[in-house]
Amino acid sequence: MLASTLAACGSDGGGVPTLTWYTNPDSGGQAEIAARCTEDAGGRYVIETAVLPREASQQREQLIRRLAANDASIDIMSLDPPFIPEFAEAGFLAPVPEDVAERVTEDVVDSAVEGSTWDDELVAVPFWANTQLLWYRNSVAEAAGLDMTQPVTWDQIVQAAQEQQVQVGVQGIRAEALTVWFNALIESAGGSIIAENSTDPSAIELGLTSEAGVRAAEVMQTIATSGTAGPALSTANEDSTATAFESPEGGFNVNYPFVYPRALAAVEAGTMEASVPEDYGWAIYPRVDADTPAAPPYGGINLGVGAFSQYPDLAYEATECITSTENQAYYFVTNGNPASDTAVYDDPEVLEQFPMAPTIRDSLELAAPRPQTPYYSEVSGGIQRVYHPPSSVDPQETPEAATDLITAVLRKEQLL
Amino acid sequence: MTQTTLPPVEKTQPVSAPGGTTSDRSKSERKLGWLLAGPALLVMLLVTAYPIAQAVYDSLFDFRLTDPDNRSFTGLSNYAVILSDWLWWRSLLVTGFITLVTVAVELVLGFALAMVMAKALSTIRPVLRAAILIPYAVITVVSAFAWQFAFDIQTGFVNSWFGWLPGIGEDTDWFGGTWTSLLVICLAEIWKTTPFISLLLLAGLAQVPEVLQEAAKVDGATWWQRMRKVTLPNMKAAIMVALLFRTLDAFRVFDSIFIMTGGANATESVSFLAYRQTISRLEIGLGSAVSVLLFLAVVFIAMSFIKGFKVDLSQSRGEG
Repeated sequence: MLASTLAACGSDGGGVPTLTWYTNPDSGGQAEIAARCTEDAGGRYVIETAVLPREASQQREQLIRRLAANDASIDIMSLDPPFIPEFAEAGFLAPVPEDVAERVTEDVVDSAVEGSTWDDELVAVPFWANTQLLWYRNSVAEAAGLDMTQPVTWDQIVQAAQEQQVQVGVQGIRAEALTVWFNALIESAGGSIIAENSTDPSAIELGLTSEAGVRAAEVMQTIATSGTAGPALSTANEDSTATAFESPEGGFNVNYPFVYPRALAAVEAGTMEASVPEDYGWAIYPRVDADTPAAPPYGGINLGVGAFSQYPDLAYEATECITSTENQAYYFVTNGNPASDTAVYDDPEVLEQFPMAPTIRDSLELAAPRPQTPYYSEVSGGIQRVYHPPSSVDPQETPEAATDLITAVLRKEQLL
Repeated sequence: MTQTTLPPVEKTQPVSAPGGTTSDRSKSERKLGWLLAGPALLVMLLVTAYPIAQAVYDSLFDFRLTDPDNRSFTGLSNYAVILSDWLWWRSLLVTGFITLVTVAVELVLGFALAMVMAKALSTIRPVLRAAILIPYAVITVVSAFAWQFAFDIQTGFVNSWFGWLPGIGEDTDWFGGTWTSLLVICLAEIWKTTPFISLLLLAGLAQVPEVLQEAAKVDGATWWQRMRKVTLPNMKAAIMVALLFRTLDAFRVFDSIFIMTGGANATESVSFLAYRQTISRLEIGLGSAVSVLLFLAVVFIAMSFIKGFKVDLSQSRGEG
């Protein structure tokens, strides 16, 4: 025991740099990719993973506090895109070498490149890209006479759900999920939460009271008060709406692709009838207005290299290995996390396991990131406070109240 | 019948100190006292006084963790922002409500449990005490999750078990409203910390001199009279300690709110507000100011307890 400990110490000091990769919790995919890349590196570096908390906001809190203390142990980080500007602006990300930037953005979906960019510069490496689809029950859509091969609007869905007495699953919890939903609504209506961006918090101008902002609030109110959003809209998150979608009341659900493997796993475990996932259909996110394409939510994970890392060059080399087409395909198939690399969507194995992969790719091309600002927590926290519970949203008052609050918070004149 | 307590123990002077002059022996005892308590005092200063002073200092600045270069002295403006914000006062009210409800219920329940533990047959006493103490051994976050799962509309059993009660049905969304959320938060707190209060009260019960109880019995006092005139007055110090500890503890409520509602539906406590400013917003200055105000509130509670109960804390430890 002692000998092996000493040997381990010896090999560490022996010169093979160890890169620590802080990962978000997943089904073990990132740890496996780390092992594969360590092997590929042929002894030039070793990647070790360290798991972060489950919630994206808590991942940010942990990383940012450590980086503020110049933590040199953080080499690679799995970052939720909305927080990337904050990391970049604070100088917590090592600059991406130009050649690396060129290679890692080749054939990558637009939303993922946009999500890795701050101030017109690539500051992170696109890894996997998530988006929400409109999941529906074929039987329900058919009974309601909805043609799902054509784009559908929120109004159509709500009406169909009311007729068929099924639920429309949306995330109304006071958490990041609510901002994701609201952002998709306002972007689909042709607006943005932040109309005029700035690195000076007091100069940021919000677009909540614009026509699109009011329209987004209207849609939110319509859904929340339609009686189709289920009994617990104000606490509904991605998991609970997926659960509701699996139940007999399930009709529609805007949610990430995990909905599908989750149902298949339940069938395998014997807790769900095979007929349930067979009834699943998927389409691009609903439109706000019939003639304007939807802007579905964009999420996922991009890789940042810590500014205080001892081996930034090796770390960037490692990110290229991690985000290789092969590894992204592996991650998609085994963990259900869609790739940012468009080549992955042609992989026959991916297509076999995820028949909705082409829809995911199309959705990623349409997807709009959440507001890109170093003050994202304030903006998102303000939205969550005023637009929650969704049933209280009033298109005449809520956008203005939210604008007042967020502006005051950004000026440090109010608590959040 | 008047209240019956034993006369306070006379302060005993060391025999070798006639005439009130401090003898060598008491001097050396005092020195030994400092030597014994000194290291603990130093550690206390290091782990409590230093962070408090740092927070007070930070609270005077506009300081964002990600932007240390633009740190600027702003005097008391952080306090002005907080005290002029309705959110602060609402959080204070919510915290006060949770404190009042949980401590009051815990005191009654804890006293009952203490009586049960004290009077239980000696054969089952150890098992009983262990059983009563189990909730206190559970980590608060774990207990918060357990209560959240129990009341959750999808995974919970409460709605189906208690569906026969008026107002509870399949679709009761406990975490969807302020009062229902606060109810579950209070229940979780009460379940978790009643054992603590009952343990402190049990220690107090054990201090009530049996002679007084017997004397009261001989005088023909009923159970209720003995409780009111003998047991409770003699337990005053223990009740005060239990109440004080629990009130201070309850006032800092955080875990249950963090897990169950995340501050939604106006359930933010003062601690949660401090967390959101300091950790989520990274506004160290503003967050420190909230923490300092929380600290002042806690000091105020402690002082008013000590003044209000007119009890010398050291008496409860059996000192002179």
